[in-house]
Amino acid sequence: METLNYLNNGHGLASWLLTKDHKRIALLYLVSITAFFGLGGFFAMLIRLELLTPAGDLLTSETYNKVFTMHGVVMVFFFLIPSIPAVLGNFLVPIMIGAKDLAFPRINLLSWYIYVLGGLFTLTAALTGGVDTGWTFYTPYSTAAANSNVMTAALGIFITGFSSILTGLNFIVTIHRMRAPGMTWFRLPLFIWSHYATSLVMILGTPVIAITVLMVAAERALHLGIFDPALGGDPVLFQHLFWFYSHPAVYIMILPAMGVISELVQTFSRKNIFGYSFVAFSSLAIAVVGFLVWGHHLFVAGQSTYAGLLFSLLSFVVAIPSAIKVFNWSATMYKGSVSWQSPMLYAIGFIGLFTIGGLTGVMLATMGIDIHVHDTYFVVAHFHYIMVGGAIMGYMGGLHYWWPKMTGRLYNEPAAKTAAFLIFIGFNLTFFPQFVAGYLGMPRRYHAYPPEMQVWNVMSSAGASILAIGYALPLFYLLWSLYRGAAAGADPWGAKGLEWEIPSPPPTENFGTTPIITHGTHQYAPSKEVGIV
Amino acid sequence: MSDAHAEHYPGPLHSPPVKIGGEGPAHGHEDGHVHHPKLQHHFDDMAQQAEASTLGMWVFLVTEIMFFGGLFTAYLVYRAHSPEAFQEASAHLSIGWGGFNTAVLIFSSLTMALAVRAAQTSESAKTQVTWIAITMFLGLVFLGVKGIEYTEKFRDHIVPGPYFDASRWEHPAGVEMFYSLYFCMTGLHALHMIIGLGIMTWLAIKAWQRSFNADYYTPVEVAGLYWHFVDIVWIFLFPLLYLIGRHYHHG
Amino acid sequence: MFKNLPFFPEAASAQAGQVDAVFFFLVAVTAFFSVLIAALVTIFAIKYKRKHDDEIGEPIHGSLVLELLWTVIPFAITMVMFGWGAKVFFDLTRPPIGATEIYIVGKQWMWKAQHMGGMREINELHIPVGQPIKLIMGSEDVIHSFYIPAFRVKSDVIPGRYNTMWFTATKAGTYHLFCAEYCGTKHSGMIGSIIAMEPAAFEAWMGGGKAEDSPVAAGAKLFQDLACITCHRTGAQGRGPILTNVFGHEVELQGGAKVIADEAYVRESILNPQAKVVNGFQPVMPTFQGLVTEEQLLQLIAYVRSLSQPGAAPAAEGTNSATPPQGKN
Repeated sequence: METLNYLNNGHGLASWLLTKDHKRIALLYLVSITAFFGLGGFFAMLIRLELLTPAGDLLTSETYNKVFTMHGVVMVFFFLIPSIPAVLGNFLVPIMIGAKDLAFPRINLLSWYIYVLGGLFTLTAALTGGVDTGWTFYTPYSTAAANSNVMTAALGIFITGFSSILTGLNFIVTIHRMRAPGMTWFRLPLFIWSHYATSLVMILGTPVIAITVLMVAAERALHLGIFDPALGGDPVLFQHLFWFYSHPAVYIMILPAMGVISELVQTFSRKNIFGYSFVAFSSLAIAVVGFLVWGHHLFVAGQSTYAGLLFSLLSFVVAIPSAIKVFNWSATMYKGSVSWQSPMLYAIGFIGLFTIGGLTGVMLATMGIDIHVHDTYFVVAHFHYIMVGGAIMGYMGGLHYWWPKMTGRLYNEPAAKTAAFLIFIGFNLTFFPQFVAGYLGMPRRYHAYPPEMQVWNVMSSAGASILAIGYALPLFYLLWSLYRGAAAGADPWGAKGLEWEIPSPPPTENFGTTPIITHGTHQYAPSKEVGIV
Repeated sequence: MSDAHAEHYPGPLHSPPVKIGGEGPAHGHEDGHVHHPKLQHHFDDMAQQAEASTLGMWVFLVTEIMFFGGLFTAYLVYRAHSPEAFQEASAHLSIGWGGFNTAVLIFSSLTMALAVRAAQTSESAKTQVTWIAITMFLGLVFLGVKGIEYTEKFRDHIVPGPYFDASRWEHPAGVEMFYSLYFCMTGLHALHMIIGLGIMTWLAIKAWQRSFNADYYTPVEVAGLYWHFVDIVWIFLFPLLYLIGRHYHHG
Repeated sequence: MFKNLPFFPEAASAQAGQVDAVFFFLVAVTAFFSVLIAALVTIFAIKYKRKHDDEIGEPIHGSLVLELLWTVIPFAITMVMFGWGAKVFFDLTRPPIGATEIYIVGKQWMWKAQHMGGMREINELHIPVGQPIKLIMGSEDVIHSFYIPAFRVKSDVIPGRYNTMWFTATKAGTYHLFCAEYCGTKHSGMIGSIIAMEPAAFEAWMGGGKAEDSPVAAGAKLFQDLACITCHRTGAQGRGPILTNVFGHEVELQGGAKVIADEAYVRESILNPQAKVVNGFQPVMPTFQGLVTEEQLLQLIAYVRSLSQPGAAPAAEGTNSATPPQGKN
């Protein structure tokens, strides 16, 4: 006889597609995000296969250009930006603060439908000829010269942006207004702080990309000429507007992952975070300062040197809170009780790879270096270290950590460790050689390249094949756990937090009665029985 | 690992039952607690629900500021680049229509505020619907005037694109840029007005069904916030688009 | 290093050393902190590995001293990086006075170079070693980027404006030229070679080429053919300003504003004459938008420039015509 939980509370497609339960919506997102990750990964595979040889012999140039564009568009807008907030955030934010649901459950469902609609537009763009502008849509190529489905893709991104905006809006109102009695700001889990900071970026930044892609679409459709030099338009204005969102967007991608890491490091060291306030405020600092650095993408565009100096300076400043977090996570492990279970392997991998990614970002902030490496594979390597070595590791770690809570099942741990190991090795082999190729001068978005760069490209493609296996494995053992996994119980990890006080899987309304909070999470003090009452 | 001890939250989780018209008696549950029928169950009480709704609308309006912000940025950049062209273009817009529309919108914000007040003070459904209807009428007047203005532009080949008549301007490139932005900005604003009218229609129907009174008027308040915002955007658009060419001299 | 396994690019310009130096500094800092963090995390994971199921860690909450330490020290290091990087950037973006100018036009999907002596090249650029070279670059269509890895220099090439970059080759040889801003189908085919030659060899190469019009001569011809001469001459009832000694000097516009007549100013005046009308003249000049190519614009600019007296101050290297002339002494 099964107890009633959110998974079996209502059967049939309608009960899922019309659900208002944040936990079910999280699973809807999980399925669609995984599908898009697969699509983006498929495009990546095509890229790495083509780049095995210096000549452009696998795909035509047109096709290759469409493939790398779609890889970027799908991965950025349809995987990375939603991933952690839409899956883990949706599931956990209400539970972690002691609420029954988000503030606006129907808007939450609407968010998912908007995401799917935007995804369908973009898929249509891909299937009916593709887009070849790069995910960055620089003008005037995208407005005047490109002969591909720019409009459809731009509209797809425009639509999906609202999914992000509504999610951020929901989180902000929820965190402000629906915390349980006693859940003061400084008792909130760090996962909540980072999602709050992310939500600020989502609501302030996303509307700007929305209006920008709309302007691109309008220019193409109506021949307006806002970015057309012949009319006195400035193609670089597009770059400013685009990066005003797209730089903060990378913080949308990494802040939630940092929140996950904070939770993982505490649980798997059985120790509260070192420097809670510093980590919490660092999230806010990254969100705020992250809005002030967009010009570092325009150092070689010929803009004012003095503006460039300011952007460079601020780009260094924004690195500092991230550094603070890395030190605090490391210090948390000191004199902890460190478990080597798979979520922790992802967390440890994150800390190392994010450090490298972040410091290479600091190299790019250094103006004199950026002239040489801008638009080369050095930049590609940098952002993949952050996005894949960082954000995706955080997502995988969080997915594994909360999988028992979400499904009520335990997955096969040796398989999970194997996958984590393969991902780590495959990742580094894929992307470290790209730093070398980049400094050598191999530009981005190149279909064919000079023969002397081949060795690094072959290494990178070899690594990608290992990485692909590493990512495929969880699909199998996680799905397997749904049928054959052992029952998880409320707290399989020995963790502290409201989510571990309720059953796995949780009941639809999360809590039988509203909890009253008397202290922050992750208090592992041995001397007295401290639960969250 | 410790057990979870969840205590009962002291005090009532829901506001006491209230007498309300229209929707029937207070909503009862098996365990005996009653609450306003409009209370959604993930909220503790009506006060929390109302606060969440209004905060949600404020956050949404912030996103709208950022959304329009991109266009205002483009406007500022290009105006700084070709000030004379922008003045020439702006001088051609009808300050009469623009001023009239400004007055119409400001007045409609007044009637909207009165609609909120009517709901807040439990005035009759008829009063509430009247204020909403006047607001809607004024919105339609605004859109009608914009229709007139747009038609004139089409007729005079001032719409940017392949049919733009460059010969009548001293600064054709900059004028075309101005009008690109003019159509984008006022067009986006008009779209928001149309959406606002849709919201008002729904609101009027609900008000007619006596949904709103002192205990529950959040939708009216939240719709009011949206309407005021759309008004404020126009308050910025009007001077930037219509009033900068006042002293432009040809030749 | 190994011939087929290049690890580090050749350094063939006077600028490359500076860039590599600051890069090595950052690599060292990156390596240091990466190794430090990786080591700490690994050591902690091993040393404090959980020994039994109920074990917990010590309740350490934080340390203000450590927080300040690992805020202030990284901040100080990043400020050094910032300052050093900025200095290198300044040097790389300020051409010295007397640099040899070459015009570059990028178009999908080729590079066109125009030497002042008349030589034209496609997808190749011959330059002398040891002489500062300043490129003035425009695009005919979309954004491109002129990138020479061996020299460590790059600049976007943007339609509607001129960007400049400069370098001094230090070693004779042939070096990659890449387009580094995605520009459509044959973006990765928009490549070529920079051929640096010893000065004597370079002179020989210049002399041995087809005798073509220098840009100045071509521009003079255009000035006639396009009827500019109709208004921009004496005795034209003041229809247009005389262009002698205009380039490189201040011009007063209607309304009192003053601008420096540089490449961008001349270009704009040809394409959008109403934008900056000279004080005392009527806005009667027609636009030549669509009637001249980017190359022809550069030729006209070269011609107008030649009308200024020798020894006049060189044009500003920025594209904002309000920027005062800069030069390195």
